[in-house]
Amino acid sequence: MTKQLKALFYTPYFVWLGLFVIAPVGLIVYYSFFNINHQLTLANYQTFFGSGTYLIMTANSVLYAFLITLIALLISYPMAYYISKLKHRDFWILLVILPTWINLLLKAYAFIGLLSQDGLVNKCFELFGFGPQQILFTNTSFILVAAYIEIPFMILPIYNSLTDISSSYIRASHDLGATTWQTIQKIIIPMTLPGVKSGVQIVFIPSLSLFMLSRLIGGNKVITLGTAVEEHFLTTMNWGMGSTIGVVLIISMVVVMALTNTKKKRRQTIW
Amino acid sequence: MEKPIIELQHVYKKYDDQYALKDISFKLNEGEFYTLLGPSGCGKTTILRSIAGFTEVTSGKVFFDGKEINNLPANKRKLNTVFQDYALFPNMNVYENVAFGLVVAGVAKEEIKDRVHNALKMVQLEKYVDREISELSGGQQQRIAIARAIINEPKVLLLDEPLSALDAKLRKDMQYELRDLQQRLGITFLFVTHDQEEALAMSDKIFVMNQGQILQQGTPVDIYDEPINHFVADFIGESNIIKGKMIKDYLISFLGHEFECADAGMQPNEPVEVVIRPEDLVITSSQKGKLQVKVDTQLFRGDYYEIVAVDDQGNEWLIHSTNPTKDDAMVGLTFGPSDMHVMRYNESESKFNNRLGTYED
Repeated sequence: MTKQLKALFYTPYFVWLGLFVIAPVGLIVYYSFFNINHQLTLANYQTFFGSGTYLIMTANSVLYAFLITLIALLISYPMAYYISKLKHRDFWILLVILPTWINLLLKAYAFIGLLSQDGLVNKCFELFGFGPQQILFTNTSFILVAAYIEIPFMILPIYNSLTDISSSYIRASHDLGATTWQTIQKIIIPMTLPGVKSGVQIVFIPSLSLFMLSRLIGGNKVITLGTAVEEHFLTTMNWGMGSTIGVVLIISMVVVMALTNTKKKRRQTIW
Repeated sequence: MEKPIIELQHVYKKYDDQYALKDISFKLNEGEFYTLLGPSGCGKTTILRSIAGFTEVTSGKVFFDGKEINNLPANKRKLNTVFQDYALFPNMNVYENVAFGLVVAGVAKEEIKDRVHNALKMVQLEKYVDREISELSGGQQQRIAIARAIINEPKVLLLDEPLSALDAKLRKDMQYELRDLQQRLGITFLFVTHDQEEALAMSDKIFVMNQGQILQQGTPVDIYDEPINHFVADFIGESNIIKGKMIKDYLISFLGHEFECADAGMQPNEPVEVVIRPEDLVITSSQKGKLQVKVDTQLFRGDYYEIVAVDDQGNEWLIHSTNPTKDDAMVGLTFGPSDMHVMRYNESESKFNNRLGTYED
C-alpha cells in the first residue's frame, strides 16, 4: 500500500523528467551528428570549431552575457541591500518582481516604442538639445534592455540571502569596531555570495542564448548563439547544425554551473 | 570612592507606547562582576543594548569612563559584547573571527597573530585556531565568542545570556571559567541572565529587575537573605512566603502565633509578609515544633530531600531536609528569629536600606 502510494508521487516526476528533460537533450545530441542530408557525420562539430564565424559568435555570446550579468549585478546588489533595510521591504520587493509577470514580447515592443527615433527617450533628449539619436538597434540598447529584463531575477536571490543574515552578525561587527563600510565588505558581501552566485547562474545562462531581444532591440547586429540556433532551425532548416550549437550551449551552461557552484573549501590560514 | 566605569542616569526606553525601561540608574565600578537578573522581557537586554550602543535610550544619560556616550555609535565604544547566539561569523574560521576586531582597527599582522594567540590561550582553545566555526561544539563556540570579544582589551565586557544555550553540566563549568576569566582580566563584566543560580554563583553585585525597573541591588548574600519584596523573594531561590502582622519591633505574628524575629523599624500592627527559606526550616517532633504541619510529598534530590507539607490553615510549606520523613506524618517545624525575614508592602529600595541600617550593624 505505502509502496504504491509512493509510486503515485514519484511517477509523475520521472515521466516529466524523461519526456521533457532527458528525451529532448538526447534528441539534440542525436541530431547534432547528422548533416542536412541526414547522413551520420561529425562535420557539424568540425564546422563549429573549424570556422572562425561560430567561434567569434560564441565569444560574442559570452561577452554579451557577461556584460548583461555584470550590469544586472551592479544594479541589483545595492538595490537589494537598500530594499532589505526598508520598513515595508516585502512590499518593495513585490514591486521589483511585478514586471516579470508581463510577457517578454510585450516588454520588448514597449522598449521599441520608447527608444525609437520619435520615442519618449529621444523626445527628452530633444528638450536638452541633443537631437534625435539612434538608440534602438544598437549594442548598448540591447545590453541595457536585456539587463533590465534580468534584474528581478538577480535581485531576488541576493535579497533573500541578505534578509537571511541575522542582525546579531551586524551588531557583532559594529561591536568589534567595524564601520558600516567594513561590515558590508567583510561580513555582508561574503555572507551573501551564495545568493550572488545563484543570481549569476539564473541571469548568465539564459543571456547566452537571447535571440528575441537581440533581434527586436539589437536589430540583429548582435548575432549570438541563440540567434544562430533560431536561423538554423527556421530559415536554413539545417537541424543538425542547430543541434550542434545547442549541445555547445548546454555544455557551456554546465561549465558555468560548475564554476559558480564551488563548494566551500577548507581555507588555510597564515598561522 | 572609586570612579565608576559605567553609569546610567534616569534612563527611560519607550517602544511604541510601552516603557521597556523606567528610570534606570546605576553605577558599575572597574573590575567587578555585575549581573542583571530578571525574567524574560524585564528589560535587562535593553539595558545591555543601550550600553553597547545598539539601541538609543528615550531619555536619560549613559556614561562610560566619565563621558556621556548617548550619541556615540557602537563601533566607537570601548566595550565589547558576547552575544546570546555567539554571532560568530560563519564565513570566517576561528582565527579570522578572533582577529576581526584587530583587522578592522588596522593593527599590524604580526601583532594580530600574537594577540589572537594570547586570547585563544585565555579560553584554552589555542589548538582550534584553524577550525571552521561549524566544526566547534556549543561550549567551544562560546569560548571563541569570548576570545573575540576580549581581543580589543575592552574595559567592560557585556554578556547577553551567554550560557543559556549550553547543557546543565557545561553551564556549571562555564560559570567557574567566566568568574575566573573575569578575575584574571580584571575588567568589569556585566552579565545578563534569567537564571538566579548563575547570578548568585558568579556575581559581586546583582541587580534584580522586573517590568523595566530595578527592584533591588546588592551582593548575592544580601539579596538572598534580605529580599525587598515578594517578587524578589520568590524569584531568587525557593521560599515560603506567609502573610503576617508586625506587632512591634522584633515581634511578629502569623498563623495565629507570635514569634520573636530579627526585624524592626515598622509601624505597630503593620501588615507584612514573612519569608522563610526552605533550608532554614528544621523538622522536629510535633510537640517541639513552633508550627505543626502534615507531610504531603517528599522528593529525593540527591543532596537533600524536598518536602512539601501543609499546615492546618492550608498553607503549603517547602522544606529542605537532609533526613527523610514519613508521608502523611504530623511533624513540627522550628526556625530561629534570624531565619525569618520580614518584608513591607511597597517599600522603596532606599527606604528599605535605610531601615535595615537603623538596626543592623
